[in-house]
Amino acid sequence: MSLAELDAVDRRLINRLQEGLPLVTRPYAAVAEALGIAEGDLLYRLERLRESGVLSRFGPMYHAERLGGGLTLAALAVPEADYDRVIQAVNAFPEVAHNYRREHPLNMWFVLATETPARIDEVIAAIEAATGLPVFNMPKEEEFHVRLHLPV
Amino acid sequence: MSVSICRSSGDAVRAAQAPDAPGPGEPGLEERALDAHDRAIVLTTQAGLPLVPDPWGAVGREVGLEGEAVLARLRAMQARGVIRRVAAVPNHYRLGYVANGMTVWDVDDAEVERLGREVATIEGVSHCYRRPRHLPLWPYNLFAMLHGRSREEVERQAEALRERLGAACRGHRILYSSRILKKTGLRLARRAPPA
Repeated sequence: MSLAELDAVDRRLINRLQEGLPLVTRPYAAVAEALGIAEGDLLYRLERLRESGVLSRFGPMYHAERLGGGLTLAALAVPEADYDRVIQAVNAFPEVAHNYRREHPLNMWFVLATETPARIDEVIAAIEAATGLPVFNMPKEEEFHVRLHLPV
Repeated sequence: MSVSICRSSGDAVRAAQAPDAPGPGEPGLEERALDAHDRAIVLTTQAGLPLVPDPWGAVGREVGLEGEAVLARLRAMQARGVIRRVAAVPNHYRLGYVANGMTVWDVDDAEVERLGREVATIEGVSHCYRRPRHLPLWPYNLFAMLHGRSREEVERQAEALRERLGAACRGHRILYSSRILKKTGLRLARRAPPA
């Protein structure tokens, strides 16, 4: 499913649901009514958007630290010849929630989410052992804003 | 050492892993605002909310609660900020936001808090944090994630940030992502809730 295949209703639905689902009884019916479509139509569209990967996920977005967990951003400077091996080694850790290649000498950037704050250092040590590379740990010291909204 | 635990599972939900017992004095347990029911709800919904007319009832059947109780707990968790919101997370590439620039700025420590709050409100900024420098390789202490349909759009957004930061900013970079290597989102391990 490509961007071009999204119709006007899909786009309104994506925009609306990025804002958040109301926490009410029959929440999908409430959103469907606001969009002027049937609840069944909304559920069908939402399933298709999720299955096709237009939506990475749909559900509660949890705040890791307030769940009692640890969260950090970390980076590696990976030699090009070794890049694929290091992807495998890093992604094998279930604590790695996201991992992106970026264009910089620090060319691999990943988010670690752990059960407890103390686990972060253990996982970093394990990643250093598995990759043979030093991990640059950049935990947030202050949060100014978190709000991803991408209008379509 | 926990390498074997870390590497044991690629599952989206870390099923049945042995918990690492927290050490004495370790923060966490008493600060956790979740009881066993909350935790069960988190585990059941972290991969996604059921797409059925009564999603709260569907979650409730998984965790042994009435749908209304699930809804009440989700509302309470949202009020406490444990849940930011219940929402759709788009794959930004698939929506045409192919330029994803992590902008990083070397900002005077005396000014970074005030300026961080200001630039966080600029159009296109999805996340904005202060993070530690790693000198000499990494002098940047302010991170702002920008999303655009082209690099030109991201560069226009970055220019707006640069103007706002002014003389307090000694240098910056835009690190574009060129490949998603993994994206599973936050996952809580499936294990016994804390006592």
